[in-house]
Amino acid sequence: MGKTFAEKILARKAGLKEVVPGQIVIVRPDHLLTHDNTAPIISKIKEELDEYGIVDKNFPVIVLDHVIPAANEKTASNHKKIREFIKRHSIKNFFDIGTGICHQVLFEKGLALPGTIVLGSDSHTCSYGALGVFASGIDRTEAASLLLTGDTWLKVPLSIKITLKGKIKPPVSAKDVILYIIGNLSASGANYCSVEFHGDLEQFSVSERFTIANMGVEMGAKVAVFPVDDITLEYLKGIGIKESSYKAVWSDKDASYSKELTYELSDIPPVVACPHSVDNVKTVNEVTGIKIDQFFIGTCTNGRLKDFEVAAEILKGKKVASDVRLLVLPASRDIFEAALKENIIDTLSKAGAVILPPGCGPCLGAHQGVLAPGERCLSTANRNFKGRMGCREAEIYLASPATVAASALYGKITDPRVVSYRI
Amino acid sequence: MKIWRYGDNINTDMLFPGKYTYTCSTPEEIKPHILEDLDPAFTKGVNEGDIILAGKNFGCGSSREQPVVGLKEVGIQAVLAESFARIFYRSAINQGLILIECPEAVRAYSDGDMVELNMKEGEIKITGKSFSFPKLPTEILAIRKAGGLIAYTREKLKGKNYTNY
Repeated sequence: MGKTFAEKILARKAGLKEVVPGQIVIVRPDHLLTHDNTAPIISKIKEELDEYGIVDKNFPVIVLDHVIPAANEKTASNHKKIREFIKRHSIKNFFDIGTGICHQVLFEKGLALPGTIVLGSDSHTCSYGALGVFASGIDRTEAASLLLTGDTWLKVPLSIKITLKGKIKPPVSAKDVILYIIGNLSASGANYCSVEFHGDLEQFSVSERFTIANMGVEMGAKVAVFPVDDITLEYLKGIGIKESSYKAVWSDKDASYSKELTYELSDIPPVVACPHSVDNVKTVNEVTGIKIDQFFIGTCTNGRLKDFEVAAEILKGKKVASDVRLLVLPASRDIFEAALKENIIDTLSKAGAVILPPGCGPCLGAHQGVLAPGERCLSTANRNFKGRMGCREAEIYLASPATVAASALYGKITDPRVVSYRI
Repeated sequence: MKIWRYGDNINTDMLFPGKYTYTCSTPEEIKPHILEDLDPAFTKGVNEGDIILAGKNFGCGSSREQPVVGLKEVGIQAVLAESFARIFYRSAINQGLILIECPEAVRAYSDGDMVELNMKEGEIKITGKSFSFPKLPTEILAIRKAGGLIAYTREKLKGKNYTNY
């Protein structure tokens, strides 16, 4: 009997010949991600850090991104405390404010490599599955323990095989595909499972696979993972990573799954996740015309160059509706600079966009872009929970960059296919 | 003892709003905001020993641990649900908050029913009718026995031989 991705990688990392779903294994992840929450993490283990130090200075990856630049004295003090901790323990992989959103930074810096395990005290750590990484979220307490010991337990998950068949029809994008799947499977449809993507994947760039893997947790997945193919190899080569520096893992052809699903991509239309849950998915036609106050393009889900290219193409030479706001948030400095070079930032700014620093604040209502009671936001982010953008009497709708950009022109939810035809 | 009843997909923002994530970290700071956006009556009226009874996918969303820390701080005896989201489940193990996944018991409950828990036997009684739930694996019980993951890690570090649980 063949083995799944999760079974193979966990067996390898646990030093066992084979493992089965439900089995608990002890592993040493290759990296531990923490961000602004490093401050409360180190407070928990102050005495232990003094006595034992951290397990390995190459092990943690720490990115300041959640409330950047600092919003108040408390968050500024947290950042200061983290910078002092970095110096004191000579931590190698530290990225200060402005570098980018943690998940994008791990991608760009070659810290999420195929065949490795990365755990992070952030639920969207599952994004690295785009590069064939076993990547999953944990809480702050577990991150604290990992900083000291470097190891933890993992239960071998059941696996779900999702086959993506055929070709998407632009302006339908990877975002529509994953929202459609979550709408179909439900917010708990992949709970505790490893979700493997198979099928016609060559049409999806690493950026688009990132969008899909990023939202794995929104259906409860432990990991959401893609195979390593020529597109992955090309991306890694582009950031200076040699093929010899990692060992990819993928499932056997005769592996056993708890569920196997196939989606015909040409059938998927532009979709919108409606308030207040990510699986409340409707076709754009069902919600066309809903008035929106704030539009938000960016985040770790959809803040990469291609996302802004799509938006800029729709907004070029035009202005967003007069009574709305458009926020644009690149996922990293590298992306911001690339977008500057391509005049995309200029196009979006002239269309009326406010350009934000590469961080997570607006997504979770922690910093910038907060909504007022009664307002609606159409966003490319990954969550639309009640209160998520700082106000429980506001509504959040989720969609692709094309749908958000097209809708911003009219101030209401608009089918991007209609706007594309008009261009 | 009061039973607080909630539905499916109770997410981490409902349990503890994201806007406080980087300003409230200690149990005392978290306590006034626990379930603030879901049920202000809970925030004001919860007492030591109360139980939460919920539907599917309790605790979905963020990896923030304030929901777990806060529920422990206000004295919740256990959360009984049809199912839990995995990061929340793991976090509860780390903090020593008791979670019980038992869909049959949740579905059997009607308002006003008596709920009795017997953790040792892995049994729950709803107005006399009994349901069993699986005991936790030994690796996880060891963390609970130590009083949570930080206490467990302290013991490991002191023992210096911590390759196995």
